[in-house]
Amino acid sequence: MMRYSLREAVAALRRAPVLVGLSATMVAMALFVVGLFGVAAYNLRVALASVEARVEIVAYLRDDARTTEVVLGQQELSDIPEVEEVRLVTKEQALAAARVDLPEFGDVFSGLDENPLPASLEIRLRPGSRTQDVLEDVAHQAQLYPFVEDVRFGRDWVERLFLLRRIGGFTTAFLGVAFGLVAALIIATAIRIAVFARRDEISIMRLVGARNGLIRRPFLLEGAVTGLAGAVLALALTFLSHELVTAFLFDIEFLPASWIVAGVLSGALFGIVASAWAVRRYLREV
Amino acid sequence: MIKFHHVTKEYPPRGKALDDVSFHIRKGEFAFLTGHSGSGKTTTLRLIHMSERPTDGEVRVSGFSSVRTSDREVWKIRRRVGYVFQDFRLLPGRTAAENVAFALEVTGTPRSAITPKVQRLLGQVGLSAKYGAAVEELSGGERQRVAIARALANDPLVLLADEATGNLDDRATRGVFDLVRQINAMGMAVLMATHDLDLIRRHPEIRLLELAHGRLVYDSETAEPGVPPTDASPLSRQIRTGVTGVGAP
Ligand SMILES: Nc1ncnc2c1ncn2[C@@H]1O[C@H](COP(=O)(O)OP(=O)(O)OP(=O)(O)O)[C@@H](O)[C@H]1O
Ligand SMILES: [Mg+2]
Repeated sequence: MMRYSLREAVAALRRAPVLVGLSATMVAMALFVVGLFGVAAYNLRVALASVEARVEIVAYLRDDARTTEVVLGQQELSDIPEVEEVRLVTKEQALAAARVDLPEFGDVFSGLDENPLPASLEIRLRPGSRTQDVLEDVAHQAQLYPFVEDVRFGRDWVERLFLLRRIGGFTTAFLGVAFGLVAALIIATAIRIAVFARRDEISIMRLVGARNGLIRRPFLLEGAVTGLAGAVLALALTFLSHELVTAFLFDIEFLPASWIVAGVLSGALFGIVASAWAVRRYLREV
Repeated sequence: MIKFHHVTKEYPPRGKALDDVSFHIRKGEFAFLTGHSGSGKTTTLRLIHMSERPTDGEVRVSGFSSVRTSDREVWKIRRRVGYVFQDFRLLPGRTAAENVAFALEVTGTPRSAITPKVQRLLGQVGLSAKYGAAVEELSGGERQRVAIARALANDPLVLLADEATGNLDDRATRGVFDLVRQINAMGMAVLMATHDLDLIRRHPEIRLLELAHGRLVYDSETAEPGVPPTDASPLSRQIRTGVTGVGAP
């Protein structure tokens, strides 16, 4: 039975190589767009993840803060489930860091009699808990300690960061679905043409009592091959574009293996679903 | 074996192609189905093949009911029903053998069994010599024999012939008809839709069903013996009495 389907699919390719090739190319073009946005979205994600890792809350301490109270507060804040780490930065460490980070002010710092920088608690949230709500909540709790002078966190840019990520994700998903549908439509049209070309055989198959599955299978196979070929071609084009961008513009990362596998497999799956849809109507009539 | 139980088939908005038709054809029986053009002969055959479902009533074929058999299962019925047409419906560009083999192949006959079976089937219809001939090289009568061989591929219980001799000359018609009778003699039921009144007239021993405007107007089996068909069944009347019914063409 499988031999029949395979033979028929191969025969279809032989009969109409231009049709299959053309539809695979058109599918590749549609999926290429998805691939490019995938690369862009993935790189945005990578970039945002590294920025996001720096999201922290800084609680500046009063100069008269007592060490025991500060250590106790540090302990309490660490016990909050969303908090990953609370680091105590002493006045001396703050000054040393400032000297390293801002070498052009080296003279200013070295000329000081007294250290003007406050000690602080740097509170880092766990990945996945770095949302606006949690940030505000933890900042509020830190603010309650009497030894805390002031609490700072990047209210605005954190919000923008999340918005950016959401837009990136949404755009990719939307384009993925839209161009995926375009690809499916192309495949369905090609399959319809293939079905039409074989309408005589199909009607004889129905006449003599072939099972629907057998009638359908060569077309599903053809759709799967078209989708797969289109996806692989799109992947190659995306890779080529990535290489060009990396060579001449800037260094970006290529899609991770899991995205590639998912993309290529969904190309084949889309091909099958589109073909099933295209033959469905035909199988209801003689 | 084939049972129509108050079958109505409607094609909205054109109306009823069949209207409350009931009959029963037994295993191995031979019956003619006649009627004017548009009377519902093809519709009757398509209902048996379950290419169509009744709008009302029930068609039973070899234990399968039109009411309970799903679209997924109709293939089971179709393998029990051989079907031949006026226009043969062979696959062009293939040989006689390939046409018969195609039916075997797509219904799951093991590869090794196909060639011997094709040889046997073509022998049965008297076409052994045309085994490798392209369909295009065959005469009308020969093409219909190939179509019959294909219809017999899955050892059906009934052969449906829709105007099967409609495109053939007298000699070819007789040849094909004799072949169908032989097949019937081997135990297969035959339902033959035809306009060919001469053919029917030559075989008074064969059961006759007549449709008019979608209604079964004559059935030689249930007709009272000795009473000739009336104007209600114009073709049967013409066949059995030689009198052209009032209003008949
Ligand atoms: N698929 C369809 N859609 C709509 N109407 C149909 C369809 N098939 C048949 N009909 C109508 O049903 C009626 C019966 O048609 P059918 O083909 O059964 O007649 P018939 O007796 O086979 O005629 P003929 O001798 O010309 O072959 C006709 O009026 C026809 O127009
Ligand atoms: Mg007809």
